[in-house]
Amino acid sequence: MNAISDALIITKRQLLQLARVPELILFSIIQPIMFVLLFRFVFGGSIDTGQPGGYVQLLMPGIFVQTVAFTLAATAVGLTADMQKGLIDRFRSLPISRSAVLFGRTLGDAALNIVVLTAMGLTGYIVGWRPTSGLFNVFLGFSFLLVFGFAMSWVGVLIGLSVREERVATNATFIAVFPLTFLSNAFAPTTGMPKPLQYIAEWNPVSTMVAACRQLFGLENQFGATAGSFPSENPLMMSIVYMILIMAVFIPLSVRKYNNSSKR
Amino acid sequence: MKAVIAEGLIKTYNKGSIKALDGLSLDVEEGTVLGVLGPNGAGKTTTVRILATLLAPDSGRVSVAGIDVLKHPDEVRKIIGLSGQYAAVDETLTGWDNLIMFGRLYHLSANAAKSRAIELLEQFNLTEAAKRPIRTYSGGMRRRLDLAASLIIRPKVLFLDEPTTGLDPRGRQDMWGVIDDLVKGGVTLLLTTQYLEEADHLADEIAVIDHGKVIARGTSDLLKKQVGGERLEIVVENQDLTAAKEIVAQVSGGGGINVDEGLRQVSAPVTTGSKALIEAAKLLDEKGIHPLDIGLKRPSLDDVFLALTGHVAEEKKDEEVLLTQGRKRGK
Ligand SMILES: Nc1ncnc2c1ncn2[C@@H]1O[C@H](COP(=O)(O)OP(=O)(O)OP(=O)(O)O)[C@@H](O)[C@H]1O
Ligand SMILES: [Mg+2]
Repeated sequence: MNAISDALIITKRQLLQLARVPELILFSIIQPIMFVLLFRFVFGGSIDTGQPGGYVQLLMPGIFVQTVAFTLAATAVGLTADMQKGLIDRFRSLPISRSAVLFGRTLGDAALNIVVLTAMGLTGYIVGWRPTSGLFNVFLGFSFLLVFGFAMSWVGVLIGLSVREERVATNATFIAVFPLTFLSNAFAPTTGMPKPLQYIAEWNPVSTMVAACRQLFGLENQFGATAGSFPSENPLMMSIVYMILIMAVFIPLSVRKYNNSSKR
Repeated sequence: MKAVIAEGLIKTYNKGSIKALDGLSLDVEEGTVLGVLGPNGAGKTTTVRILATLLAPDSGRVSVAGIDVLKHPDEVRKIIGLSGQYAAVDETLTGWDNLIMFGRLYHLSANAAKSRAIELLEQFNLTEAAKRPIRTYSGGMRRRLDLAASLIIRPKVLFLDEPTTGLDPRGRQDMWGVIDDLVKGGVTLLLTTQYLEEADHLADEIAVIDHGKVIARGTSDLLKKQVGGERLEIVVENQDLTAAKEIVAQVSGGGGINVDEGLRQVSAPVTTGSKALIEAAKLLDEKGIHPLDIGLKRPSLDDVFLALTGHVAEEKKDEEVLLTQGRKRGK
């Protein structure tokens, strides 16, 4: 039980940081909102999706998934900063559970995602996004996004524990996430890509997540165009498998790395 | 009983190419203070990190309060406090937030954490700054808050890694006062320092380390005897040198007088400290001699190293001579 309450104390620390420096929330929100507006008004007019309601219906799930995928960066950079400042050493000198600090941080980053997703959803609504699947499915969609963000956060933990400097963490995470979100169906259909890329894009967890969210928010054409591959036919199932897989691999690896950091 | 024992610690970095600790052994008697004195890179931080469960040595044995640190680190963490070389607190949060957070992580109840935070802020003279973010604190305030955070559970054994490095003389004095009080409260303390003066003032016993090994240990008196204690130094005009020499002989009791005509300096070892200084000044004044410079030179870390190893401390940084006169604790 102590393990959970220890983790929550670390989470609370992150929320307190947001309360003490509100700009932190502000800027976490502004960027995704800016993305929504830019894509909606820059590309929205010129991309014909054949979708009722237009591009924004396809776009929103894509931007949601991209945003939560970037939780990885926030987690990694935050953790590296804590290590550099010696805070992680101090935490490690305390009689607390060995994974509390990591769970605390990933939960804290998930909590911030709730705020960010809410702000994005409202912005989307204002510019014409209308999920048609009913409250329950919309709720389910957002829950999916939160869990995916949490899973990605653990990838960030491993990166954060592995690099020595904040700047390296920033660059490493961008290199990890950008191809992931662009080699996907998030902003354009995969059917237009060269064959090998299309293959990668369709098996990309970001694609299955985007497709799953489109489905949960009530779109028929989840991949933006009929792709016909296994992941494009079963995005919900594939997304769940991916999330479990990511967590099953990265949580134990990260916790081990954290505990072994005394060997360095 | 020994509160801290380290035996034959070896720690290498970069696959053995850097030898940080080379068979270091030390121990601290319960309720006493051990000062670990050494230049940059001697292995002070590495030693402290191993004792405080943060780092595993390649080989060697470590125990704190009779508990094997390598086998039962969690048990050790419940009874130690650590304040590292650089203040490790959350800069974004206030001093209050930090103390509450660490209190809760030590599993104090919400109320206990609050009352302990109030106590500690008071004790460390930080009550007024409690609600300010740490990033607005001065270096000294940060250090004090960091120390306060390591005292939340009233640890039996406390590790302080260079607690006064980077503080101004006033900050150093304050920190010494705080540490003195802690020691009176009965804590076992291991502190590291680059300043002989500091080890002399705070520690019951001193271990001098160099290149990852203890090269000398003993009380500061013992060490000083090896090094040769304070020297009275007077610089005068050439025509006054002979008179000055007589005065120095009178004050120091005669032995080991050194006259350097080039520097126009007379010096001799003294045992009575500032008293010798005042006396010499009085005698000079009576004779109408105005010294160009007069002072006590304390042995520095350099002198210790010179005396112990025949070479000066390598890789040293700001080797400042402390201006402050160390108040002796009666022990
Ligand atoms: N993580 C590391 N990787 C490689 N070498 C290291 C590492 N940590 C310490 N060292 C080396 O080990 C030796 C001892 O370092 P340590 O930090 O213990 O010295 P110190 O006495 O605390 O010095 P200072 O007074 O500068 O704090 C040094 O030569 C240092 O360069
Ligand atoms: Mg050090």
